Amino acid sequence: MLSLALRTLLRMALTFFVIVTLVFLVTRLTGSPVDFVLGEGLTAEDRQILIRYYALDRPLWDQYLAFLRGFTDGEFGLSFIERRPVAQIVAERIWPSLQLLIAAVSVTLAVAIPLGIVAAVWRDRWFGSAVMALAFLGYAIPDFILAVFLVLTFSYWLNWLPVMGNATALHFLMPTAVLSAALIAALMRFTRNAMLDVLGQDYMRTALAKGLPERRVILRHGLGNAWITILSVVGLKLAGLAASGSVVVETVFSWPGIGELLVRSAIQRDYPVLQFGVVAVALAVIVINMLTDLAYGLADPRMRQGGAR
Amino acid sequence: MTVLHAPAAPGPIRRLWDEADTVQRAALLIGLALLVLAVLAPWLAPFDPDRQSLIARFRPPLGFAGARPGHWLGTDELGRDILSRGLYGLRLTLMLAALGATLGLMIGGTLGLLAGVVGGRTEALIMGAVDTQIAVPFTLIALFVLTVFGSTLTVLVLVLGLYGWEQYARIVRAEAARLMTLPFIEAARCAGASPVRIALSHVLPNLVSPLVVQFTLSLSNIILLESTLSFLGLGVQPPTATLGAMVGVGRDFMPTAPWIVLVPAALILAVTFSIQILGDWLRDRADVRLRRR
Repeated sequence: MLSLALRTLLRMALTFFVIVTLVFLVTRLTGSPVDFVLGEGLTAEDRQILIRYYALDRPLWDQYLAFLRGFTDGEFGLSFIERRPVAQIVAERIWPSLQLLIAAVSVTLAVAIPLGIVAAVWRDRWFGSAVMALAFLGYAIPDFILAVFLVLTFSYWLNWLPVMGNATALHFLMPTAVLSAALIAALMRFTRNAMLDVLGQDYMRTALAKGLPERRVILRHGLGNAWITILSVVGLKLAGLAASGSVVVETVFSWPGIGELLVRSAIQRDYPVLQFGVVAVALAVIVINMLTDLAYGLADPRMRQGGAR
Repeated sequence: MTVLHAPAAPGPIRRLWDEADTVQRAALLIGLALLVLAVLAPWLAPFDPDRQSLIARFRPPLGFAGARPGHWLGTDELGRDILSRGLYGLRLTLMLAALGATLGLMIGGTLGLLAGVVGGRTEALIMGAVDTQIAVPFTLIALFVLTVFGSTLTVLVLVLGLYGWEQYARIVRAEAARLMTLPFIEAARCAGASPVRIALSHVLPNLVSPLVVQFTLSLSNIILLESTLSFLGLGVQPPTATLGAMVGVGRDFMPTAPWIVLVPAALILAVTFSIQILGDWLRDRADVRLRRR
């Protein structure tokens, strides 16, 4: 188990390092890193200080080391627009994003897993096909179109729900629905396939043959074995989907989270904010992936030995 | 003496059509129709998609009060013809998707083939890059690169081309590695074929079917990414029409002029639905295990 944890940690650190390096290289490919890092509107004196700090007058290698030093110092630069530390701006956005994410993931787990099981058990009945058709819709409808349709229907035509911000519980309904739609579709498909694999196993037939009630066999023996596979997708696939989903959903609903911040800073060309935001979200996704890997290892004794993938 | 004629063997396209269910046939027809519309857009569009007209702003589609003859699907906030913009937008969206998916196929396919045929350290390096790519949401990368280098069409195509390369690489590597253990490769090697020859003329031809499937699925993913980026204002820049950007801009006028949003949204749905259905269908056909189930 310890070796699995170590290997996972090492892989995570490596991935993170690669991303930071790529971000650095991309920013230096633009031709004028001074403008990129510092922006306009600084006094000549401040400019000199910052140029020295980021080693912008030195060779690329020194600049790279200075860039990495920023991460250890907690010094990520100032926003071009707000002239405040970037880390502070991003930190303010974490909680709203997290609230939305928690809401979406809770809805996803509550809806997708039961429906996935039902779709597997009743795969030959109309209900099973209906569930799969629903999964297809959730998968094929782009989230920005779903968001626009919901706003059109519930905010403008019916006048029931507010469009912008996160002030009340009502504000959560549409963003949560849109963000969880794609997640539900992915998790539902996956739960169904994992259950189908398990349902075909010999021990399921044995359990039924010895007279256990079907519901108990499906939930205890079936889900008990399928959830390990399900778990592996929750982290890996859902983290990525949620990250890109948040960007769209937060922008459409003016949600004061990190996703909205990323798009805003991209449009305003506020490079320091965008750069730090991208790295921060990437780190979050990587950490979630790592935790999933570890949980997967804990849940499945075969994985603890390592190597067997 | 009677001559018995064997019934002519149906061609592959005919066979596909016979196998398909109603939904798949509909998807195929809609997909083809959209393709024809996109190709013929310059001849079909009644107006120049970028031509503005102040007196013809916010006109609803024909059949609604205030409609302006000639503008079948109405006009947008600058008086541009929505049908024309929709057709040109569809054309650009499909073109970008085709270019992006081809680029991804070439990049990912080459790397996957290299990993599968050469093996060893090359394989470890390439698959390490694949794992890294999977761990990072691509939307973030696209956002960052487009902002830094500017949203020109060239940058956009490159970004879209990088999207999904890891899927191609994974599929090609796995399949190539499996093929490499088979006797016919061994025979080719004994006959003195070079690794390049083995890769290109013995392994590659066996990868066509999984690659076609992945190409189709990748097309729909790229269309989603491109329209999302354009919707956010980071993809194709105005005034050029793409479907995503039309939805993004039209969003501001939804309460009074919902058709500005609804027309491009409907087109995007038609495109992604038909391609997704076709992709799923091809995948199920290629997956023999699934077919038997």
